[in-house]
This record gives sequence, C-alpha cells and structure tokens, in this order.
Amino acid sequence: MKVWPSIGQMRWGWFILGAAVALAWPLFFDTYTPTILLVWALFALSLGLMWGYAGMLSFGHTAYFGLGAYVYAIAVVNMGESTVPLLLAMLIPAIVAAIIGAMMFYGRISDVYMGVITLVVSLILFKFMSATAGDQYVIGDARLGGFNGIPGFQVLNVPGLPDVSLFGVPLYYVAAVALLACYLLSRWILARSFGRVLVGIRENETRCELLGYSVPAYKTAIFSISAAMAGLAGCLFANWAEIVTPSVFSLRSAAEVIVWVIVGGLGTLVGPILGAIALGMVKLLLGEQTLIDNSLVLGLILVIVVLAIPRGVVPALQGWYGTRARIRTQRAGHMRARRRTAAPTAGRPS
Amino acid sequence: MDYVAVVVLEILYMISFIALVSAGLAVVFGMMRVINLAHGEFVMVGGYTTLACFRAGIDLWFSMLVIAPLVVGLVGLIVERLVIRFLYGRMIDTMLATWGLSLLLIGIVTLIFGSSAVSVPTPIPGYQLGAYQMGGYNLFIIAVTIVLYVGMWLVLRFTRLGLIARGAMQSAEVAASLGYNPRTVYMVTFTIGAALSGLAGGVLAPLTGLLPSSGGGYIAQSFIAVITGGAGAVLAGTLASSGMFGTINQIVSFASGPVLGDIVMLALAIVLLRLMPQGISGRFFRNGQ
Amino acid sequence: MSDAVVETIELTKRFGGVTAVDRVSFKLRERELRCLIGPNGAGKSTFFKCLTGQYPIDHGSGRVLIRGVDVGGLKPHQIVRMGVGIKTQVPSVMNGLTVMENLWLAARRTHGWTRSGAEVQRVIEEVGLGEIARRTVGELAHGQRQMVEIGIVLAQEPWLVLLDEPAAGITGAEVERLVGLIRQINATASVIVVDHDMEFVRMLGADITVFYQGSVLIEGHVDDVLADARVREVYIGNRA
Repeated sequence: MKVWPSIGQMRWGWFILGAAVALAWPLFFDTYTPTILLVWALFALSLGLMWGYAGMLSFGHTAYFGLGAYVYAIAVVNMGESTVPLLLAMLIPAIVAAIIGAMMFYGRISDVYMGVITLVVSLILFKFMSATAGDQYVIGDARLGGFNGIPGFQVLNVPGLPDVSLFGVPLYYVAAVALLACYLLSRWILARSFGRVLVGIRENETRCELLGYSVPAYKTAIFSISAAMAGLAGCLFANWAEIVTPSVFSLRSAAEVIVWVIVGGLGTLVGPILGAIALGMVKLLLGEQTLIDNSLVLGLILVIVVLAIPRGVVPALQGWYGTRARIRTQRAGHMRARRRTAAPTAGRPS
Repeated sequence: MDYVAVVVLEILYMISFIALVSAGLAVVFGMMRVINLAHGEFVMVGGYTTLACFRAGIDLWFSMLVIAPLVVGLVGLIVERLVIRFLYGRMIDTMLATWGLSLLLIGIVTLIFGSSAVSVPTPIPGYQLGAYQMGGYNLFIIAVTIVLYVGMWLVLRFTRLGLIARGAMQSAEVAASLGYNPRTVYMVTFTIGAALSGLAGGVLAPLTGLLPSSGGGYIAQSFIAVITGGAGAVLAGTLASSGMFGTINQIVSFASGPVLGDIVMLALAIVLLRLMPQGISGRFFRNGQ
Repeated sequence: MSDAVVETIELTKRFGGVTAVDRVSFKLRERELRCLIGPNGAGKSTFFKCLTGQYPIDHGSGRVLIRGVDVGGLKPHQIVRMGVGIKTQVPSVMNGLTVMENLWLAARRTHGWTRSGAEVQRVIEEVGLGEIARRTVGELAHGQRQMVEIGIVLAQEPWLVLLDEPAAGITGAEVERLVGLIRQINATASVIVVDHDMEFVRMLGADITVFYQGSVLIEGHVDDVLADARVREVYIGNRA
C-alpha cells in the first residue's frame, strides 16, 4: 500500500529508459554539448531536491557549484592526480553549506532572509574571486587569476592512473553516471524517513517541530547534501570548460539554475533535469546569435512561469492528469459518502 | 588635516551613495513588504535614460533630475500593473518574478545600447583640497541625498499623501479605513519607488559609468542597507544602516582596497541578519511567503 | 519530588511591559484531565506556550517541570521527545500531505520505521478517519482537520497531552466524538485542555483552572467552579 503519494515513487521503467538513452547516446551522436547539458541537469537536480521537497530556496546556489569548480581546479593544480580533488570538490561545498546553513537555520531565520543571505554569499565569492588578479593570490601552485580565472589545469583521470585522462566521450560518461547516481541517491533520500520529514517541514515547519523533529538539523543536512551535488556538478563543469572563472558565481549563473528548476517543476526530480536540458539547449542556441540577448529570454521565461505556472511545467502536467483521475475517483467517493450519511449515526450515551 | 577631510568627505559620499540607491527600494519594501530584485536595474535604466536624453541634446541636469525619474516611474507603473499586483503576499514568488524582470531589463538595454561600457560626462569640475584632487560632483551627490531624505520625511510627516502612506505602512486596513483602496496605494507607492530609483540612476550616471549589468552592483548594497535597516521605520533605518555600511566600507577600503571594503560590508550584513532575525524587519518575515 | 506530571513554580512571562502570566504555580497529577479556561487575554494561551517551549522561559521567571525535569531552555522538539503530544490553537497540520502522511510523520518519531504503518492504521480506525485517509488535509473541512490533529497526537502515544482549543470550529456530533477521544487519550495519558467553550468543558466534566489577568483565579471541579460568583463575574459575565 502506498502511504506516501505526495512524494511519488521511483519509476524504474522510465529510469532504465532514460539511462539507456543517456548511455547509448555517444554511440550515435556527438557528446560535447550533451556533456554540459548533463552537468547543468545535475546542478538543477541539486537545487530541485532541496527547493522542491524541503521548500528551501537558495537564491545563490551557484556559490556551491562555483566552489566545486574552483576547489577542483586549485586542488588538481597542486596535486596532479584528480581523485582527491574530485572528492574535495564535493566535500568543501558541503562543509561551507553546513556552516552557513547551521548559522541560518539554528538562527530560525525566515525563507526570505535565507534568500537574501544565500544570494549575498555568492556575491561575496564573485567579488572576491574577481579581485584576485595579483601575484599574492595563490594557493599552493595555483594562481587564482582574478577575472581571467584559472585556465589549463589537469582534467579528471582514472583513479590511481594519472596518465589516463577522462576527456571527450569518457567525460560524457562520467557526467551521465554522476547524474544517474545522484538521481538514485535523491530517490533513496526521499524514500527514507529523512525525505518524508523534509516534505513535512516544507508543509509546516512548526508542526514538525511539535512532532519532535529538529527542523534546523534536517534543513542543514539537506542544504549540505545539495551543496555537495552542486559541487560535483561544478567540478564536472570545470573539466568540460577546462577553465574556471568568477562567472560561475555571477548573478546570471545564480538566476539560471533557479529558472531551470522552476520551469521544470517543484516537487519532482525529473522536472529540474528536463528543465535544465531544455533551457540549456535554448541558452546554447541563443549564444550562437547576437540578435536577442540571452538574459532577455531567461528573464521573460522566469516572469511568465512565476505568474502562470508557479509550480513548474512537469507538476502542472501531472496535476492535469491527476485532476482528471481525481475527478473520476471523487465522483465515486461522493456517491459512497452519500450512501453512508443516509444511514442513521449511532448516538453516544452521555 | 587635509587627509582627514578627504577621508570624511569620502565616507560622506559613500553613505550618500548607499542611501541614494536604497531610497527607492526602501519605499517599496517599507510600505509594501515587496523585495524588488529588479531594483538595481531600475537604477541602471535611470542611468541609460539620462544618457539617451543627453545624446539627444537635452540638458543633462534636466535629463537626470526630471526625465530619468519620470521614465523609470513609468516603467515601475507598467511592471506593477503587469506583474507585481498578482503576487502580493507571496514574497518568494515576488522575488523570483522581479529577478526575472531584472534579467529582462538587462536584455532589453543590451539590445538597445549594446553591452559595452558607456559614460556620461561629469557636469561639475573637480577642486583642490590641499594636496588632493577631489570630485566636485561628489558634493552634489551628498546634497541631493540630503534634500531627498529631508523631502521624503517632510512629505511623510506633514502631507495627506504622507498620512495615507504611513497608514498603509501599518497595514492595508488602515489605508482602507482612510478611504483609499490599498491596491491603488500600492500602485502609487511602487511607481514612486521606481521613480526614486530612476533619479538615483540618473544622478549617479556621470560617476559610475554605465553597463547593462551594472544593476547587480547596486542591488547588494541597497538590499542590505534596507533590510538591515528594517521595515519599521524605513527611512531612518535605511539612513542608519547606510551610515554604518558606508563608514565601514570606506574605512576598510582606505586600509586595504575597495574590493575588500565591499566584501567586509557584505559579510557584516550576513552577520547582522543572523543576529537580528527578529529585529525590526524580521518580525514581518517569519512564514511570510 | 512530588508526583506531579506538570508543575510550574511561580511561572511569569512578560512581553515588554505586559505581564501575560503572573507567578502561576500549577500542578497536574498523573492521569489527570484538566481544563484551563478564562476570558480572552487571561494568559492561558501564553501559559500553554510556556509549557510547550514555544515561548522561552526567561531567567528568574519561575520554572516549568515535566515529570520533575526542568524544561526551561528546551526547544519544543526536545519537550515533545520526552513523550509530550501537542495540538496548537490554529489547526497546525501539513496541508499539502494526505491524512495518512500526516499521521505517519507523527507515528514515526515514537514508533520507528517498521511499526509506523500499523500505527497509522490503528489511529485511523480509532479516530474514524477511514473515509478521508487518502485525502489531502488542505481540502478537508475545519472540523475534520481538528480531528486529524487529534489523530496526530494519538499516533505519538504520548504520556502527556497538551490541547489548545480542540473544540474550536467543531459542532454537534463531532463534539461528542471529540469528548470521547479525549477521555480515551486520558486513559493512558495526563491531559491539559485549553478552551473557551463552556459547554465543551462541562461535557469533559473534569477539574478546571480559571485564569484571569495572568493569574489563577480559582481551581476545582467544573460544577463547583462554575457556581462560583467570581467566575460568573469575570468569565461568564464577559461572554454574555
């Protein structure tokens, strides 16, 4: 029996189909663009998990994406071998998010303050990284490089084999596996008590507190997990672009991921993924021409979606199907209820 | 001695700068509890309006002091009618929609003016203060800010419009009980807030230069000034936090460069938000979506 | 220590210059059912929120003991984890979730992952929520949501239950069922009920504590208290 319809279930059929398409893609088509689409999808998934299920919107989630990229670049320049840098690219964003999250959530700040603080964090990182052009800004062997960023670092390699680098099609497979794994991890989280409590917190924080759940602990935990995923996406982005610049922390980047998620849909996992892939393609297409600015389209989409379909496209479609199904069942239910109430209710002796 | 005067003037200028770019946001946030993420772009559009008028041969003073506020006020009115009015009471959605607007405005301005930096000439020459060359226009900014805030205070305190505004600040019902449709009050407020942003953009254009993306630079400063200032006494609060952030920013900047000044200011803002979540403005925010 | 389940000693709560609760000493015995009544602003809801940890107890403003443990400084979730079930004044449920999901979240803390499903079923039957078990709580009528919240409290199997205005918005036969449920809860737990509704309090037939201007005016069995002239004056008189 399904106790938790509000979360939805793992649909293995669709998952296997999606995985098969993703994994078979390189056999037939070019992988350069699809790689970055998968990376963006992973980034969107990280925000969608937190925003859609726990109801927590980080306005500056790109901070953790960017941290992942920078941490990887700095670490790999210093270490040469990519395994530890890859892990650090997840670990450090997770730790930073845990600190900032604990500060926010144990302080019981509202969701609006959370938006402001997370945005300011990414602005600080943007300003700082843009200002690191001088020679004094080095971490080990890595020059931070200010606005020009860090170019030409070593890409991912097979763990333990620094000479076998993963680039081109292998990088595509790394991105695809990372996305699929993070999807499964998210599903697993949502199927556990942890995920169910998060949904409870989204619906009513006070009630969850009064059921004995430590709301700040749950929020901090999911913020940190989400930041780790974003960091992984950032690390893969760095590998794809082969350069890291402060633009990963920019307002534009912060807005983009929010648009992907909200267009795809809140309260689903597949929505953010599809949103990122579709809008990522639009972004790349718009990048090839100069007539219409990318910001214009992005902004227009965001305004329209917030006004017209505030929960996003995928839930709107689900809702449309769901309403049709529910109308049918409710009609039947009303008939049952009517028959029930017609029978006399037993009076309680006082 | 001259150096002290220079530092004091620079601090005063920074405070005025923050207070000036925050004024429009303060009015909108204080009276409507709307966080307008397109605020920086309103300022930016004010700057470009000034530039366009100046290029068309209109007097620069007239462009920045009259046309820029009018044009941006009109933009604000359109935005309120088309977007904001559907979202009252949904704070996060408002933030998202206005963020979308900010991107949209950046896109439109890029389309019209291109994405390279442009500048507006400074109409007041510099002057010599001891060994230091000072911008005379900075003094004008300080003066404009003082006039603006005194003016707003007088309007709020002594006019019927101010009475309605203060009523609406308390709650929509108060405005309604004074015989005004709160929706109309909100519309007028948002328009006035936008016009103030346009004024700030126009006046500051000769100093800052213009880029379609320059709104992002204003948003952080005005945001933290207004929000840490609090919604309770919005003008005084904004002035107080402008004073604090401006002073700190300039002192750190003198000590170790302008970027660090900005960063310290933002970091301080986070700490303040954390320490005063139930502060003057925090009360209105809990569960405020 | 005494055998009191809840004991407050000289509990005081001030908001600025207003003293909402003024040196209240209160005791609830094991397995007792007690109603707190009083006119609006008498301090009973503030007192309630001091018990639940929603209002912090200021230093030097008295103490709250739950089974002998000083809960001053504990957060609401820590008090709940001691085995306290709380229903707040406004129906506080997870509106976007179904009735079963709401109950599951309540059962999970006490009963763990494996037993929660069965607990949900038990509560659904006890409270009579079978018809609406799969409905989203936000779609339900006000009275039904009150019942869901009673179910949430039941699913926690607490030994102390604090109910703030459970009868608000409930009418007719539902009130009788609610009285039955509260008695049933009372079979295994101590219960404090805060309510305005005189008729409801009379139906519960328990001891009551009357709050007035932040202090306890009188305590005793419902019939005796309601006959008291002072109570008529401050409470019933006000309501007429």
